[in-house]
Amino acid sequence: MSGLSLDRYLPRESPIHALDARVKFVVTIAFILAVSLLPVGSFAAIGIAWGAVAILSGTAKLGPFRPARNAFFALPFVLAALPLVFTRPGEELLTLPFGLFTLRATLEGLIAFLTIALKSWVAVQAALLLAYTTPFHDLIDALRALRVPGIFVTTVSFMYRYLAVLSDEASRMLRARAARSGSRGGRSGGTLRWRATVAGRIVGALFIRAYERSERVYQAMLARGFEGTIRPRTARALHRAEWAALAIAVLLLAAFETAAQLWIPAA
Amino acid sequence: MTRSRPAEVPAPPDPARWIEVEHLHFVYPNGYEALKGIDLVIARGEKVALIGPNGAGKSTFLLHLNGIHLPSHGRVRVAGLDVTKETVKRVRAEVGLVFQDPDDQLFSPTVFEDVAFGPIHMGLPPDEVHHRVEAALAKVGMSGFERRAPFHLSLGQRKRVALATVLSMDPSVLVLDEPSAGLDPRGRRELIGLLRSLDQTLIASTHDMRLVAEVFPRTVIIDEGRIVADGPTDRILADDALLEAHGLERP
Amino acid sequence: MFPVPFLLHAPDGFFSVPVSVAFWIVTAAVLGIAVRQANRTLDERAIPTLGVLAAFIFAAQMVNFQVAGGTSGHLLGGVLAAVLLGPWAGSIVMACVIAVQALVFQDGGLVVMGANIFNMGIIGTLGGYALYRAIAGLGRGWRWQLVAAGVAAWFAVEAAAIVTSFQLALSDTSPLNVALPAMAGVHALIGLGEAAITVAALAFIAAVRPDLLQARERAIATGQAAPAGGIWAALRSGPAWLAAGIVVSALVVVILAPFASSHPDGLERVAIDKGFEAVAKANPYEILPDYTIPGLDGTASTIVSGLIGVVIVLAVALGIARIIAARRAARLEQRKEAPAAT
Repeated sequence: MSGLSLDRYLPRESPIHALDARVKFVVTIAFILAVSLLPVGSFAAIGIAWGAVAILSGTAKLGPFRPARNAFFALPFVLAALPLVFTRPGEELLTLPFGLFTLRATLEGLIAFLTIALKSWVAVQAALLLAYTTPFHDLIDALRALRVPGIFVTTVSFMYRYLAVLSDEASRMLRARAARSGSRGGRSGGTLRWRATVAGRIVGALFIRAYERSERVYQAMLARGFEGTIRPRTARALHRAEWAALAIAVLLLAAFETAAQLWIPAA
Repeated sequence: MTRSRPAEVPAPPDPARWIEVEHLHFVYPNGYEALKGIDLVIARGEKVALIGPNGAGKSTFLLHLNGIHLPSHGRVRVAGLDVTKETVKRVRAEVGLVFQDPDDQLFSPTVFEDVAFGPIHMGLPPDEVHHRVEAALAKVGMSGFERRAPFHLSLGQRKRVALATVLSMDPSVLVLDEPSAGLDPRGRRELIGLLRSLDQTLIASTHDMRLVAEVFPRTVIIDEGRIVADGPTDRILADDALLEAHGLERP
Repeated sequence: MFPVPFLLHAPDGFFSVPVSVAFWIVTAAVLGIAVRQANRTLDERAIPTLGVLAAFIFAAQMVNFQVAGGTSGHLLGGVLAAVLLGPWAGSIVMACVIAVQALVFQDGGLVVMGANIFNMGIIGTLGGYALYRAIAGLGRGWRWQLVAAGVAAWFAVEAAAIVTSFQLALSDTSPLNVALPAMAGVHALIGLGEAAITVAALAFIAAVRPDLLQARERAIATGQAAPAGGIWAALRSGPAWLAAGIVVSALVVVILAPFASSHPDGLERVAIDKGFEAVAKANPYEILPDYTIPGLDGTASTIVSGLIGVVIVLAVALGIARIIAARRAARLEQRKEAPAAT
């Protein structure tokens, strides 16, 4: 039983789901760019951006708050930005003495930190929404159509296909290791070096199995008439409506960005 | 019961109830209820076969016996020890689990090192490790293969080495998942001989009815997460209707 | 599920747009070279192989070992991929792993993916391989190759962490004098796990299926070839690698330096605005004050100090390798005189 759920895709009948993957991908990137470019402290603008994600998520019949809830896992990285709170000079908020030196939390620092944290949270939601509304294979085809070199697209395709299989092999091997990791009390576990070596050997064994599996895959492909190149389906042209949707989205984002830079009040 | 017995010394485990499973329920994280109330008692030294259709929960059940899965409800006890997160390491020294695919279990460059993994992890001194490895290999008939790479052995040989990797820990219980899968008739005969020669408590999940008939005096049928039959093998295997009802057939 | 240490997969929002774009440009350029090189050396067999092996790297990142208490060591796999697949295929595979992690698991952002791929798939893979070849050429025999791989794996992780901290600083996400020691410090330890797993994996593969190694490694592992030793041989055998490494580092520094100087450090701007300059406290972590060189000003100064940094790192790496090589030679001499008791 595979524990790895490999596709966040949640099928629904919605205009978002029906939209072409290429359009969705480009709009997602443009959206993330727009959010990333917002000035420090533009919480109102970030709020508007989040609102847009929520509305789109609702339109996609996923519930407006699902991306928000599920984007929290990205937040541990926020710790990387935490020092900002204490290193930006500005209006002091609180002081924490720590023996030799003191940490001074400032308003400017807090604003800078919150800006990054919230921007990131909204950006992850946009990526989640893309994943919820687009089957992975459509996303791959979209990348191919967007001129990503074939070798990447094919590798990602095969990789995705075998991800569950190889991850399962890895978990079974780790499980087998656990099954033999007993102790009757006293010092157990072997030395650190031995444990690292065993982990490395498991990786080595995984590699050999993966390589042998790829040989079998190649033979199966040959047996089905593979002749050396994967011939991709030519992507159909976008409908006028899809071009329109793309244009409207990009224009809206541009307008939003301009408004955020010039008019929307920031802290 | 005298009152002078110190509180911390637990009563020695009852050999008649060496493995006790009480109302075992298990639900996977995705909500799928795999085991719906298993009750089972196995005595020390018994050899029990676990049969049932695919998806019945056999493998899931086996993984409770060494604490890889912990019960959602109910209790599993091995040699008097409750299987919990805290006791898992002691349980694994007591219960040796052999998985279906030997390649999942063999990750050392030599047979010796693979069989030595368990004892080394248990913290045994080098000469004791050596002794255990030799004894385990002898038991499975693979003496002399110490320097060979497991990857280069045949399936039957790898299965035997996988069993040795567990025997070297000197467990009182052996749990086997599909021990004869993939073996040719000769490999099967060798396996049958080997299993009959072991005196550990033996529990095996298998589809191989002939193996069941020749090695295991007791058979348990699991279907849809529950035990639907538990009794002497010859009686169960003679009951065509019962077997068919649960997707099985006679040997 | 996020088995990989989270620290190197930056989410969107943590690197500024100029930094993200700059690194996308460099990454695209290097990957473009990789694709051309790969298309030259790989045949049709590689089509399923690269994909399956990319899945292998992903699965291998799940393998851990207990270090102490609740912490465990993990593998990133850049140097391992490069040694097993060849450097160009290795970087393509790592790029795919990073892309899938971002697209499927949202582990790492989309706009910042260029920077993430640069850190883990280029510095951590190609850069690590360059160091591996440079060190490997200094000694003979398979064991020395393993030492080289281990050292390179450590440096690859460390370098990736250092570059990440610079990216964070340039993006005003984290001040350099906090990010650099923190990232470099933590990854110095993580790098040890990377080295240990990389070496053990390569040793295992060489022992069991040496035919799966690349031609160069296969020959050495099976005793058919012993590379010449010495630093000049190393430079001769891997000059392209060293040069490539230097060029890429220089490219990065040159492209980014203007951002560093034209984007007045957020800290200083606020300080100037609010007249707090004088109050700026002496920071216990000051390693690179303003990363400039007295005498030069602005961009030129930053570029030069960046290049000096690269040269220092390389010199240290080669120096350490040299010392290790000398020690081993000495030990081999000792062993020849007095056969070791078993």
